[in-house]
Amino acid sequence: MSTVLLDPTGELSPAQRQPLSKPASLAGLTVGLLDISKARGDVFLDRLEILFQSRGVKTLRFKKPTFTKPAPIPLIQEIAGKVDVVVEALAD
Amino acid sequence: MSAPETLPDGLVAVVKKDCPTCVLVDPVLVALERAGVALTVCVQDDPAFSQVHKVVDDTALAWSFHLGVETVPTLIRLVDGQETGRAVGWEKQEWQALSGMPALGNDLPDYRPGCGSRSVEPGIAEQLAVRYGAVKMAARRVEVPPLEDPEELCFDRGWSDGLPVVPPTETRVYRMLQGTSRTPDEVLGLMPPNLVPCTVEKVAINAVMAGCKPEYMPVVLAAVEAALDPAFCLHGLLATTWFSGPMIIVSGPVRQRIGMNWRGNVLGQGNRANATIGRALQLLVRNVGGGRPQEADMSTFGTPAKFGFCFAEDESTPWKTLGESRGFTRAQSSVTLFSADGPLGCVDQKSRAPEGLIRSLAGSLRAVAHVDLANASDAVVVIGPEHGRVFDTAGWSKERTTEALHEALLFQGEDLGMGTDKGATPAAGATGRVAKFREGGLVLVRAGGDAGLFSAIIPGWLMKGSLGTDPVSREVRS
Repeated sequence: MSTVLLDPTGELSPAQRQPLSKPASLAGLTVGLLDISKARGDVFLDRLEILFQSRGVKTLRFKKPTFTKPAPIPLIQEIAGKVDVVVEALAD
Repeated sequence: MSAPETLPDGLVAVVKKDCPTCVLVDPVLVALERAGVALTVCVQDDPAFSQVHKVVDDTALAWSFHLGVETVPTLIRLVDGQETGRAVGWEKQEWQALSGMPALGNDLPDYRPGCGSRSVEPGIAEQLAVRYGAVKMAARRVEVPPLEDPEELCFDRGWSDGLPVVPPTETRVYRMLQGTSRTPDEVLGLMPPNLVPCTVEKVAINAVMAGCKPEYMPVVLAAVEAALDPAFCLHGLLATTWFSGPMIIVSGPVRQRIGMNWRGNVLGQGNRANATIGRALQLLVRNVGGGRPQEADMSTFGTPAKFGFCFAEDESTPWKTLGESRGFTRAQSSVTLFSADGPLGCVDQKSRAPEGLIRSLAGSLRAVAHVDLANASDAVVVIGPEHGRVFDTAGWSKERTTEALHEALLFQGEDLGMGTDKGATPAAGATGRVAKFREGGLVLVRAGGDAGLFSAIIPGWLMKGSLGTDPVSREVRS
């Protein structure tokens, strides 16, 4: 039986965690392109990179060592420190 | 696991193998069954132990709970599903009367006491109450995914002040609610800043998370009631850019009953009641009210005291207690809430007369908020035992000491005013003698460890009185 906790809050927001709000525009922001090391993810990201750059959006590339495990903490911290938005490519 | 829908009418016996009296009476139960009496035997531990045929496996304790069994064996007669009689333990005559069999168990002793029912063992009773719905919780239930750590979930959801919280399971919250006679759905007031109704149940949930024991609940509830009194102005206090947060001072017998600290390190860490009662209030502000730092809480610096600030006063001195000054008797327990920043130390190891100490304390108090600013905030002065002894030896009461401090904190208005590049700029109309603190704005309490000729000054929020906060007291009720 799974553990059940009682909500300590004023319950003004949904029970599920909400994603961060999306930026209205990418102007002036840096987009991270994260390759999770699945086959052909790089092809997808290469194309996205061209499209972003053609619109004047700065991009940075990152790569997980393997898709089988969560990203290492140093990589997550590096990404969080350098970019505003991340595109994570899932491909096969 | 749900309880069986019904038990058949007739006799119901609740027993367990781990009870010598139950073992003793099993042949009696067998005799009842053989005599054709409608009998159901509920076994709490090992259903195989009874020689009776019609045994109900009650290892989940559903029937034991629903029948309110506290001792085994218990024999109950049910008619149309309603209880009409009950015998607890083995009392031969009672069993004979209840069964209508005058010779029942004649070969057994007249009386043997029973054993405690498994359904009332410590820790079990609360689980059963939750499982079988004896208490209805209104709060949203949040399931923890199987591989997730409940404490991490509390962090992820933003329920924590930055330190680990105790995950508020239903059993823990139920246990916390046993600490008060008040019903879970009672609303104590609207918790700012989001003005959400704050129920006793929400208080219990956050008290669990803060690490409180159930016996702290009456103090936490009194503190919440005081905090929600409009005179305390919790909304402004939680939102201010200034340092302050709520501080709870506890007076009266409850201090001892729940093991609070008023001695060494009284304003610091280490005592569970001191640490968790203040924290519970701050978690309620955060979780129920939505008052979070860098959101509604706009404090520039905050203070470590905002993790929770609560302590008890020392009532062993000749001085009137804070509780008494606030209109309670010594037999009454109470809380008084102040706005408070962190403490500022005042050392005077030389003065042996009250006048010298007054000079030292007044000098330190002048620096509160700004050395040239009058009537800025109130302040609580915690007089340590060694400083207190100086006043006591000279026969100075709390009232006299407070008055002397006020006297020593009168300045020429021309010397006061908010600091500017050109030095003090007198406040408009500030001429003649101006008081550093408003009347009633200096509150003296006694607490602290035996060694150290020190006292502690605890300033509060710059906005006070009708423009901000006033101290608020509440009696601690069960």
